[in-house]
Amino acid sequence: MRPVGVAGFGLLAVVVSVAAFGPVLWGDQATVVDTGNLLAGPSAEHWIGTDNLGRDLFARVLVAARLSILLALAATAISLVLGIILGAAPILVGRRLGRLITSAVNVLVAFPGLLLVLFFAVIFGVGARGAALAVGLAGAPAFARLCHTLVAAVSERDYIAAARIAGVSRLRVLRRHVLPNIAEPLIVNATMAAGGVLLTFAGLSFLGLGVQAPSYDWGKLMQDGLNGIYVHPLAALGPGIAVVLAGLAFNLTGEAFAAAPNRTFSLGGPRDPAGVTAPVPGAILSVDDLRVTIPGPAGPIHAVRGITFTVEPGEAVGVVGESGSGKSVTALAVAGLLEPPVRVEANHLVVAGEDLTAAGAHRRLGTSLAVVFQDPMTSFNPAHRVGPQLAEVSRFHQGMSRKAAFARAVDRLRAVRIGEPERRARQYPFEFSGGMRQRAMIGMGLMGNPRLIIADEPTTALDVTVQRQILELLAEVRRDTGAALLLISHDVSVVTDVCDRVLVMYAGRVVEELPAKDLRTLARHPYTRALVAAVPDLETDLDRPLAVIPGLPVDPTLSPAGCAFAPRCPLADDHCRAVAPELLAGVACHRSGS
Amino acid sequence: MSVLSFQEVSVRYGAHTVLDDVSLEVAAGQTVGLVGESGCGKSTLARAAVGLAPVTGGRILLDGEPVPTRGRRPVQMVFQDPYSSLDPRMTVGETIAEAMPDRPGRKARQAEVARLLALVHLDAARALDLPGRLSGGQRQRVALARALAARPEVILADEITSALDVSVQGAVLNLIRDMRRDLGLSMLFISHNLAVVRYVADSVAVLHHGRIVEYGPTAQVLGAPRHAYTRQLLAAASPLKEHT
Repeated sequence: MRPVGVAGFGLLAVVVSVAAFGPVLWGDQATVVDTGNLLAGPSAEHWIGTDNLGRDLFARVLVAARLSILLALAATAISLVLGIILGAAPILVGRRLGRLITSAVNVLVAFPGLLLVLFFAVIFGVGARGAALAVGLAGAPAFARLCHTLVAAVSERDYIAAARIAGVSRLRVLRRHVLPNIAEPLIVNATMAAGGVLLTFAGLSFLGLGVQAPSYDWGKLMQDGLNGIYVHPLAALGPGIAVVLAGLAFNLTGEAFAAAPNRTFSLGGPRDPAGVTAPVPGAILSVDDLRVTIPGPAGPIHAVRGITFTVEPGEAVGVVGESGSGKSVTALAVAGLLEPPVRVEANHLVVAGEDLTAAGAHRRLGTSLAVVFQDPMTSFNPAHRVGPQLAEVSRFHQGMSRKAAFARAVDRLRAVRIGEPERRARQYPFEFSGGMRQRAMIGMGLMGNPRLIIADEPTTALDVTVQRQILELLAEVRRDTGAALLLISHDVSVVTDVCDRVLVMYAGRVVEELPAKDLRTLARHPYTRALVAAVPDLETDLDRPLAVIPGLPVDPTLSPAGCAFAPRCPLADDHCRAVAPELLAGVACHRSGS
Repeated sequence: MSVLSFQEVSVRYGAHTVLDDVSLEVAAGQTVGLVGESGCGKSTLARAAVGLAPVTGGRILLDGEPVPTRGRRPVQMVFQDPYSSLDPRMTVGETIAEAMPDRPGRKARQAEVARLLALVHLDAARALDLPGRLSGGQRQRVALARALAARPEVILADEITSALDVSVQGAVLNLIRDMRRDLGLSMLFISHNLAVVRYVADSVAVLHHGRIVEYGPTAQVLGAPRHAYTRQLLAAASPLKEHT
């Protein structure tokens, strides 16, 4: 836990124990009237002085903790419960009435909190109960708003729809499905709000609207001490300090709760530099023993566990594998897009003559590397027009003028077959369809003279009819520019259509490397064969069940001793489970002969 | 098993028409495939049948009666994303039991959960796990078991394999075929993947811009498509010849 959390919890423990035991331990001392010491200053006997009846103020501050904290908690609870009821209204009372309630809450949120508190305090009358109700009610709109947002997010999940279809009642949906899933942020916010409520209470009592004599909380003590603030400042400051400490305790604890889910284990310092090797001469991309480690909540995730491959100029290489196989991480590492805390290590990782493991290599690489991502919506900045976003590449890397760069952008949009490129260049990304955005993304890669295009699942987010067009465009671009292509995909048919050579990845390793045309017929690794057989196509035999791969993918936090596929492999023997196979002659399998 | 029929169903959001006069019948014990690209209204049709989308025109009937859109529906739906369709805070057993009619007792409930898990080829011990411990394919099987727990007349499967890895997609498709054979379920199977639909469906409807443009037995629609859009879909699903 971080120091803030330790301080928060420690402080909260002190505040709560004082609230719990204060009246027992110091209750008597706080009521002893000492007529010889009226309104005295600090002394060894009375640390922060006495009040107008000569009662010890320090003891009274400690005793007041219970009432102050209880009132704050009660008011927070009122806010929270009311907030949940109001915020969950759309679920409970239906859409139309719910919308009305939400609008009312939105209006209330616009009022300053203090104004609401004073308004309610006047309605409910002076006294502890009135103040608790006032502060509680005034805090409810903020909670209702938060709760409404959280509920709305959860309501869109399919499990809520499934529960409704199954006939689960609204109240039960709220209790079983919604509340447990929004509890965490609500509790965090309530803890922090309790700190603020404490302060508000002190303010109310200070104004004389809160706790009335003979009861006293910190606010009341401050009010009493104010008369003599110039003579005995500690009499007013003492309870003030108590308010600050208790408020801090709540706030820091809330902060610690809020930060807790994000904790990850650090990877420690860098390991010893591995042996640096020379790149394969002539290759546009040469990778030797690439390893990528990502810090995760349950220990480091070994996403890529040592892969070696090359891409020749003009060649199209496909990387296939399932989710978690490390194929996308490989693409990101090659594109130089992974940053600490992710750790990328390799004996060498050379793209177009630049070793990416060296500093500044990425900038020197300039436009010889182009990257196309899966989701074209998120790879463009939605606030800028498409043309200038493309032009920026040439202005930054090639030092072109604004005008020349824009002309080039229009020309490149035309090259990726976007109709009316001059008009389209002046549009925003949201005015493009998914397929057109992906075309524009490829166009951005063509602003320079790319020698390697990395495409990470470029067609997965697109419709089947559009997928085909994008694949054809990639093939065409390769023909025209002579660029090499590294195509990452989970779809065996996409890779066999477009690529010359295929790397099959499983659990962060390359298990087989073979010509794309042989993938369906001549694969030797049991995983490759199963992967191909598991996908139905338009010629699949309808009378037989589809091939399946039994078992589960490897947990990426573990490092299996033997072959990672052995637990799911029908051919595996003890040797497979004990010794990891090396990639030899295109296949990493002890049993590839059988 | 029952007949689910959509009769001239239209769904409009303001001026935007999602479904336009769609008529389709899922006959008893049959699996009807519904194909088309994203935004064509496939999912909306299924959601309308369970009351999750407002029907602005036409009727949706189950054995001649309007499908109830409140309480436990006789038509159950399995969703695309198994990571969003299971409550992360409820165990597999609780999730399945919640959909059962008539709130059975503890013993009966556990027995039924075990029976349903066996039906979808999952170990009965999984009932105590939270969804976080399951893979995508296992989650989708739990979602299927939950749909079966409600004792539905018809199941709507909305892109149930498209969020899955290929190695588990096959297992889910095999399961769908087994269940149709063993339980005689009527099913509307929605997918954008023609090869997948071909494997599980008896007949296929092609939806394009909110209208059904072609309907017929699977072999006929995919073997001898009559509508230009169906041919376009088929061309997209076949391998590219020129580059290999």
